[in-house]
Amino acid sequence: MSAALGTEPFLERAPLELRDWFVQLLTRWFHLPELLQWVLHNLISIVAILAVFGLFFAFTTIAERKLLGRLQNRLGPNRTGLPKFSRLLGGWHFKHKLFGLTQPFADAIKALTKEDIVPAGADKLLHFLAPVIVVAFSLMTFAVLPFGRHYIPVEMDAALLYFFAAGSATELAIFMAGWSSRNKYSLLSAMRALAQLISYELPLILSVVPVVLITGTLSTQQIVIAQGGLTLGFLPHWFVFTPWGFAGFIIFLVSALAESNRSPFDLPEAESELVAGHLTEYSGFKYALFFMAEYFGLTALSGLGITIFLGGWQAPYGFLEFIPSYLWFMGKLVLMIMFFIWIRGTLLRLRIDQLTRLSWKFLVPLALINLVNAAFWSLTADCSAPLQIARWAASIIVIVVPFFFMGRKLSAGFAPRTYRYAP
Amino acid sequence: MLGSGILKGLAVTAKNFAGSYYDPKRMVTVEYPEKATPVPENYRSFPFLVTENAEDPMGSLRCVACQICEKECPPQCIIIEKSKDKKPDAAGKMQLYPAVFNIDTSVCMSCQICVEVCPFDSIKMDQVFEVAATDRFTDLLLTREKLAKPNSYYHKIHPTEADEVDTRLTAERQAAADKAKTAAAAKAAAAAAKPVSPTQPAPAPVAVAPKATPPAA
Repeated sequence: MSAALGTEPFLERAPLELRDWFVQLLTRWFHLPELLQWVLHNLISIVAILAVFGLFFAFTTIAERKLLGRLQNRLGPNRTGLPKFSRLLGGWHFKHKLFGLTQPFADAIKALTKEDIVPAGADKLLHFLAPVIVVAFSLMTFAVLPFGRHYIPVEMDAALLYFFAAGSATELAIFMAGWSSRNKYSLLSAMRALAQLISYELPLILSVVPVVLITGTLSTQQIVIAQGGLTLGFLPHWFVFTPWGFAGFIIFLVSALAESNRSPFDLPEAESELVAGHLTEYSGFKYALFFMAEYFGLTALSGLGITIFLGGWQAPYGFLEFIPSYLWFMGKLVLMIMFFIWIRGTLLRLRIDQLTRLSWKFLVPLALINLVNAAFWSLTADCSAPLQIARWAASIIVIVVPFFFMGRKLSAGFAPRTYRYAP
Repeated sequence: MLGSGILKGLAVTAKNFAGSYYDPKRMVTVEYPEKATPVPENYRSFPFLVTENAEDPMGSLRCVACQICEKECPPQCIIIEKSKDKKPDAAGKMQLYPAVFNIDTSVCMSCQICVEVCPFDSIKMDQVFEVAATDRFTDLLLTREKLAKPNSYYHKIHPTEADEVDTRLTAERQAAADKAKTAAAAKAAAAAAKPVSPTQPAPAPVAVAPKATPPAA
């Protein structure tokens, strides 16, 4: 890796150089053996990911609250500032409000100092393990995301497979939470959550398969590299700018929303309707851990969506490459998260039957058709320039026509809604 | 087409988002400790005592310690002790005054019955709502010094009601003054008639006069 690094601009390699310098420094001081060097090397990567995405999570919560407020013509939290000692007014007081940006730290202190209630009849071990496991597995998915040109914690040939395996394991933790609470409502809603997660696992993976088909690899880094350059001279060669890629991206977005339990698919723990679903018997920091895992899951899925459809760390055009690749990735990630918040501020929650119908009767067939579309796309890759237009048109028709007819069938009898008495 | 409703909804919220930055009329939030929405005129919190003279609040309380409010108060949160002496009120008449007038606002239920029964318009409802206190026995038990507020303050918080009360009170005081004036005039006339009477040969009214004078006075 370091051989390739030498030619990179300084900003691109600065964090890696820092890490290598630190490892070398410690090696020189303590004469570390090869194995410990390797451990230290990877520990630094892990700590960096935890720190960056821990902070990212913290500021996602405040960004979510502020953005939701703005979407609803409110201000959102803007009070929490830095405590400052002033002799003039006496004692501690919050003089610097900082737009409420320190709210997540106040929330963390609140969650940490709250009483941790474990029901008397609960399975103590599972009740404790569930939040730990859910956070652990949602963090494990970060291991295979390429955050930049040289920033991938673990380079793996079957990275996509690993991502979905680790991501699906959080479902186990959700059922653990419902089961160990010894509360029938927790159990019921955990089963509902499982039904939702398993329903949407299928379209999520099916929406990713076309990309694997086109690139011929499961490695996330290779998929990003395949998205370099321009198509037709002006479009970045990102998969979202192809007919099958766009359809896949939409299916991926919807399934990612459902997989991360977010509005409009947040019915496992619909705040305004249920008592927090499988989190009913959790309080204090364990509850916060579930929350954290949910945001980590959302961030990881957004990262995967960026990697697969939005060109990963690639800059859209060559002249923009002076911005380091990891900043491109983080920028796209922020935009994705903001889009998810925008969706949350707009759409209403679905009913459980609508939720499963959308998955099984619409997204799964559409994803299968999209797979055929991608196969057509990869078979016609070498056709001549005039035929390219026909290729694009055919690919668009193959996905739009089924979308139109299946959409009509899906909403037949449900939409548009007519009101008998109101205009 | 499926999804067009979603796009419309996204457009609405996007408009909200952009509008919230340049159109203050969209925002419903009033940032309370810095700004406050004005309370409606008829809003009421706890009673206060009206004084005529802001310079000397204790000397010019309208209250004459008749204790009607104390007896009518449903949760019995008013404690009044009458004075031993009398003081002239706004009309110049000698009246008792409350030596102690306490309202326990931790008990008061803001029912306004004390205001409705008061024949002297001396107790009215206040509009303060920031009444948080650290000690309920010292801070929530309001003494007459804390309760006394000038008539101008009453005009400020309940303008319509205060105008009506003031016109009524001035009319009543005018009537009383007129009555006193006519009585004084009658007395003066009677007094003026006395020196004249010896000249006239009428002994009978002189004998009646001493009996008739006390009611006139």
